[in-house]
Amino acid sequence: MAWQWFHRLGSPRWFYQNTGAWLPWLALASVLLLVLGAVWGLGFAPQDSKQGNSYRIIYIHVPAAFLALAGYYIMAISGAIGLIWKMKLSYLVMRAAAPIGAVLTFISLLTGAVWGKPTWGTYWVWDARITSMLILLFLYIGVIALSRAFVREQVADKACAVLALVGTVNIPIIYKSVDWWFTLHQPATIKLTESSSIDASMFYPLLTMIIGFYCFYAWTLLLHTRNLVLQREWRTSWAQQALRGEPLAAGK
Amino acid sequence: MEFQFAGLAEFLAMEGHGPYVWIAYGVTLVAMAALVLQPVWRRRQLQAELKRQERIRQRRQSAEKKRVAEPA
Repeated sequence: MAWQWFHRLGSPRWFYQNTGAWLPWLALASVLLLVLGAVWGLGFAPQDSKQGNSYRIIYIHVPAAFLALAGYYIMAISGAIGLIWKMKLSYLVMRAAAPIGAVLTFISLLTGAVWGKPTWGTYWVWDARITSMLILLFLYIGVIALSRAFVREQVADKACAVLALVGTVNIPIIYKSVDWWFTLHQPATIKLTESSSIDASMFYPLLTMIIGFYCFYAWTLLLHTRNLVLQREWRTSWAQQALRGEPLAAGK
Repeated sequence: MEFQFAGLAEFLAMEGHGPYVWIAYGVTLVAMAALVLQPVWRRRQLQAELKRQERIRQRRQSAEKKRVAEPA
């Protein structure tokens, strides 16, 4: 059947059984890429002519900000799929995405502040980019808080999905903030439509870190979602078997 | 491609920007490690809770058997 894969994907048990094998590969890829990218960016990429060595923070600042935004899409789209098709698993992905997104947003804000001190002379300015990123952090924290605020988890799922969807209005504001308003923050370094304003010797380590952060995101999203699956399917015999570490028979 | 610094001390100092760079990388490392360790810790918690519930169930069952075997 054409739609069978879609329904299978919605089955928590199928998801749990089939994602376990990916974990070691994702872990390996993220650790290798992140270590390679960090060593390359910290020690081997050339110094920036204007910012000196402080610019090396870019190798975590930009990937973390990328994934903070991409993670918000994943959270909001999972919430929408849950609302539309009533898919249990989709809500669990949404719940798992919230703390990961919050941590990544925190990393991008903190590294930005630490980078700002030697470059701009201040840790913080209330400009459009930084303020909208702070709102993103609050949105993530809001989803986490809301997910724990209801006795019935199904009610919490719906409330979180609605909040996540309403919050997407913030995403284009973050993207466009450096173009729409004059600010201390530098404009986007990497552009899809035009040539990037970064030299290849700095771009390749940055690209390595971005791919590494994507792998890391996939890895931790699976880890968190799998735990939520076990927690939600707590009463089923397969979930208890999985927790005891017993092998699971192939199920649907 | 070559190493951009004369030695380890120069690498750590980053021409005065060392503290900023290392704080940024250090906090990031800790935060990302927490994202990986939290699920591991949470899984152990779930396993412990399952064991606890199984123990309670067994104790209840054996008490039930005793009660049936020797009624008061």
